Amino acid sequence: MNEFLRQAGTIAAKDLRAEFRNKEVLNAAFSFTLVVLLLFSFAFDPISNPDVREMAGGLLWIAYAFAGVLVLNRSFARETANECLDALIASPAPAAALFLGKCLANSVLLLVLELISLPVFGVFYDVRWTESFGALLLIFLLGTWALSAVGTMFSAITANNRLRELMLPVLVFPIVLPALMACVSLTGLALAGEPSPNAEAWWRLLIVFDVIFTLLGATLLEAVLLS
Amino acid sequence: MSAAAISVREIWKYFGDFPAVRDVSFEVERGTITALLGRNGAGKTTLLRMIAGLSRPSRGELQLGEPGPNPANQGKRLGIIGHGQWIYDDLTAAENLHFFASLYGITNPAASISHWLEAVGLASFRHSRAGEFSRGMRQRLAIARAFLHEPEILLLDEPWTALDDRAIDLLSSLLTGAHQKQRTALVCSHQLTETLQLATHVLVLDRGRLAFAGENNDQFRASPQSFYQRVL
Repeated sequence: MNEFLRQAGTIAAKDLRAEFRNKEVLNAAFSFTLVVLLLFSFAFDPISNPDVREMAGGLLWIAYAFAGVLVLNRSFARETANECLDALIASPAPAAALFLGKCLANSVLLLVLELISLPVFGVFYDVRWTESFGALLLIFLLGTWALSAVGTMFSAITANNRLRELMLPVLVFPIVLPALMACVSLTGLALAGEPSPNAEAWWRLLIVFDVIFTLLGATLLEAVLLS
Repeated sequence: MSAAAISVREIWKYFGDFPAVRDVSFEVERGTITALLGRNGAGKTTLLRMIAGLSRPSRGELQLGEPGPNPANQGKRLGIIGHGQWIYDDLTAAENLHFFASLYGITNPAASISHWLEAVGLASFRHSRAGEFSRGMRQRLAIARAFLHEPEILLLDEPWTALDDRAIDLLSSLLTGAHQKQRTALVCSHQLTETLQLATHVLVLDRGRLAFAGENNDQFRASPQSFYQRVL
């Protein structure tokens, strides 16, 4: 188990080191998030129209989901240069460790993106997010893991596909939709600061989704890579 | 205990309806250097990839040494140089080796990394990014990566590619050293002169079939240009 976790950590650290060194994905994804948040802000004018703030959770997760695809696209595409994916397949690291490492690296990158964009979102939409930061952080953690687990799996499937940039969102979004719906609802409730009887069901859905798709990804990745 | 380091039995590999490897069977003895030769499209790389565990045979059986309880140990037994070099351009030479040392669970990785960077002549480039290296330097880094964990079995696909004379000598001496330590090497190459100089055994594939299997000899070494006329 220790070796498994060490191998997963090694793969995650390698991906993060490479990304933080050249920031090619983070810069693009952050710029994209800013543009989307800014455009929605202009379109809905949340400052003079307070009702729009009820939609803020949805707008935020639309930006995160689409920016997330940019990050996830690079996850296995990064391994195609110099055929490095073969090195990972031939290594003693099991496919489950590879999945976990990639998923962890993707989640960290997405969380960085989300946490940097959150203050900008607060300003554009006149939302007081600091009071509910604890709840938001937990939603971000679980929602990001859901997006990463599904996205990492499909990133492996589309890695060698010429149209992977188009394929990935088409494959990921329908599957990750229940988790995104939970994130949108929970973020809306957290920002409103109102208790809701529906919240528990959304939390459960998000946790179960994370568990199921983590197990599925860890189990199926080997078959995907060798097919 | 079987002397075979690699055992291949009635292997087939289809790409669609096309059989790239057809009913190939052979054993590679422990402690030998075996040249896997053949013209373009003979199926050498396809066969090597199956042995490396990078693709599954359509039919037949493959075994590396004695079957062990832990499949992860299979990966630790192998040192591979593939077509793509398997080097991360964004990482430095030392970081590349450190990544693989950690994946393979090497104890005292710093000493191993320094040793192998020195051995392949890249010690002074340890903090340079691999993306800035020439093709020859990258190939030398790939050699260091393949030897880093002291594997029992070396699978080398066109290892001489892009190497200059000194680097060819270096790889030859590393393979000779591995042979002296009873390690096994399967070398797939078009460069007959270098490969036949080192090999103890020869396998030849022709259009997916095993056309020749036997010990290497002085006749082959003396006239590599006429090797294919002799065996095919």
